[in-house]
Amino acid sequence: MTPITVLISVDSNSILLGAREFANYMKDLIKEFNLDPIVTVLETVSLGSYNGVVIHVLPDDVYYSVKSKEQVRKIVEEHLLKGRQVWDLMVNKELIRPAEKFEVKEVRIVTRNIGVIDPRNIEEYIARDGYFALSKALQMKPDEVIEEIKKSGLRGRGGAGFPTGLKWEFTAKAKADQKYIVCNADEGEPGTFKDRLIMEGDPHTVIEGMIIAGYAVGATKGYIYIRGEYYNSVENLRKAIQDAYEYGFLGENILGSGFSFDLTVRLGAGAYICGEETALLESIEGKSGRPRLKPPYPPQVGLFGKPTVINNVETIANVPQIILNGADWYKSIGTPNSPGTKVFCLVGDVNRRGMVELPMGVTVRQVLYGFGGGVRGGRELKMVQTGGLAGTFIGLDKLDTPLDYDSMKNHGVSLGSGVILAIDDSHCVVDIALNVMEFFRHESCGKCTPCREGTRIACEILERMTKFEGTAEDLDYLRKIAEVTADTSFCGLGQSINVPLLSLIDNFREEFLEHIEKTCRANVCKAVLKKPKVQTK
Amino acid sequence: MSKVKSLVELMKIKEQAIQNIKMRESGKRGKITVAMGTCGIAAGAKDTLKAIVEYLSELKIDDIAVVQSGCMGLCEVEPTIEVSLEGQEPIVYGHVTPENAKRIIQSHILEGKIVSDLMVKRGEV
Ligand SMILES: Cc1cc2nc3c(=O)[nH]c(=O)nc-3n(C[C@H](O)[C@H](O)[C@H](O)COP(=O)(O)O)c2cc1C
Ligand code: SF4
Ligand code: FES
Repeated sequence: MTPITVLISVDSNSILLGAREFANYMKDLIKEFNLDPIVTVLETVSLGSYNGVVIHVLPDDVYYSVKSKEQVRKIVEEHLLKGRQVWDLMVNKELIRPAEKFEVKEVRIVTRNIGVIDPRNIEEYIARDGYFALSKALQMKPDEVIEEIKKSGLRGRGGAGFPTGLKWEFTAKAKADQKYIVCNADEGEPGTFKDRLIMEGDPHTVIEGMIIAGYAVGATKGYIYIRGEYYNSVENLRKAIQDAYEYGFLGENILGSGFSFDLTVRLGAGAYICGEETALLESIEGKSGRPRLKPPYPPQVGLFGKPTVINNVETIANVPQIILNGADWYKSIGTPNSPGTKVFCLVGDVNRRGMVELPMGVTVRQVLYGFGGGVRGGRELKMVQTGGLAGTFIGLDKLDTPLDYDSMKNHGVSLGSGVILAIDDSHCVVDIALNVMEFFRHESCGKCTPCREGTRIACEILERMTKFEGTAEDLDYLRKIAEVTADTSFCGLGQSINVPLLSLIDNFREEFLEHIEKTCRANVCKAVLKKPKVQTK
Repeated sequence: MSKVKSLVELMKIKEQAIQNIKMRESGKRGKITVAMGTCGIAAGAKDTLKAIVEYLSELKIDDIAVVQSGCMGLCEVEPTIEVSLEGQEPIVYGHVTPENAKRIIQSHILEGKIVSDLMVKRGEV
């Protein structure tokens, strides 16, 4: 045993922060300074997490958090070589968060087969109880199926959180010679990719859910409206549909029940507005994707004017498991008002980006640190956007908000489609606002004036601000534009632009004001010098 | 003609499918699952899969099944593979380039040592 021992945390999160590299570098330095007789460097599992990689020096019992090789060098040169503790890198032992605290337990309902089965092999799906929910549903009465879904408390995962059972009931009660089930697989929300992973990794779950929905409401035809760029999903879905026909889960007289159901895939062309349910229906009908006036809602007047259930991929993927295991089981997961799980897509400045399915009610912080491993590159977290581009921007004070369908009402934090975008301190608030508004300006379908013009004016104001040419009046006007656009727009796109914009202005007002004073704390925005145009060949 | 006309027949297919999967894995010491989602493929999962199959046959290892699957959403560290050896906790590796795949086969499959710097997850996916 050497007199000094250095423990370096090399759990998987620390590795992403550079722990392995730091450990090797430290060992090299120890050799370089001929410290090997007195210092041993040991790699250990998590010492807990802080902003950087945690290092524990014994017997001094000093904790450091390092983010760079220079800092490692400083610790070796100062503390280990000269015996002087490096105050500015030291962290209080109490402040180090035990690793367990943020550990989140995945609950896999809609992702239960993903990564486990071969999605192109229907028998592997059947081996994992696939199509047993369908068989069970077909032995129930249609209204019993609806009752079970209603009781489960399942709510739409496409963003709005409308109770799925109610939607089905409206459609079931509507009288018509033909009804439809439509699966919204347009997934146009930037940063969202959960629907793609579900369709790619477990296409039969979506198909089975749709057939059950069809049986419940009395629809005999279904469409999956999918983003055209999702080649892999399209391919896997088509293969799965073909196999389902072959095995008799689609087509006529399914499992001898007398119920028949047909299913087709329709490709979208990548317009964000086509994810809006009525624009989507127009698009399936072969028209250009412009929203319809609501009401009437799709359960009354939907596809080709017939009653139609339209549900998001993730919503539908929950259905087989609810039928199979019962509403009570489902309600035991998540929160009372929002039962079940949510598939989150974590993106932005975190160490581990990706998709994870967690129970409803998990906090933003748990997703960010428990799954995401904290902020990338040892920078400081500045803000988080939840719920997609039309969602809320929140400051660090709201990280402990539980995410479910009530978090918007209770805490001003939206759940939306489940995207969580982490933003570190290298970004500028005004620049972010401009980026968000440019997206909406680009995707506005142009049908109504407030949205078409409101998004344009908002962009112009924000662009001025990023050039330090904005005024205090501009900021007030921007607020007003956001409010008026939201109040008067025709569809959900224009109606929701106030959410990101006002949450930015309200939560980070100071930074907007700084831009009026011509400073940008993140050094992103710069004054543009007005130069005479230079002729270039 | 559809294959399944009743619950009884569905159960039969399930039994058969479970048997088939067991058969595929019977006499095998374990399996390597390659995540072939879009990001996985974009990150080079096809090359990884090819390298794994080739390297296993080069080393004449025939007791490891290689299977494909969808992806668990670890986009950040694609391509990913899961190595699960009988009686052991499955290990998920990230950044599995063809070279890293060889390292994993060499160390984990042959020598039984987990390649800790590539490991991203332990336990059931
Ligand atoms: C502009 C806009 C875009 C939308 N994009 C999508 C989308 O890509 N995918 C989706 O499932 N829902 C999207 N929606 C929500 C749908 O209109 C609809 O509420 C949803 O498909 C209903 O399904 P659910 O009840 O299962 O959530 C969008 C809504 C708006 C206003
Ligand atoms: S609000 Fe925007 S997207 Fe919606 S109809 Fe009007 S212009 Fe089109
Ligand atoms: S497909 Fe995106 S994480 Fe694998």
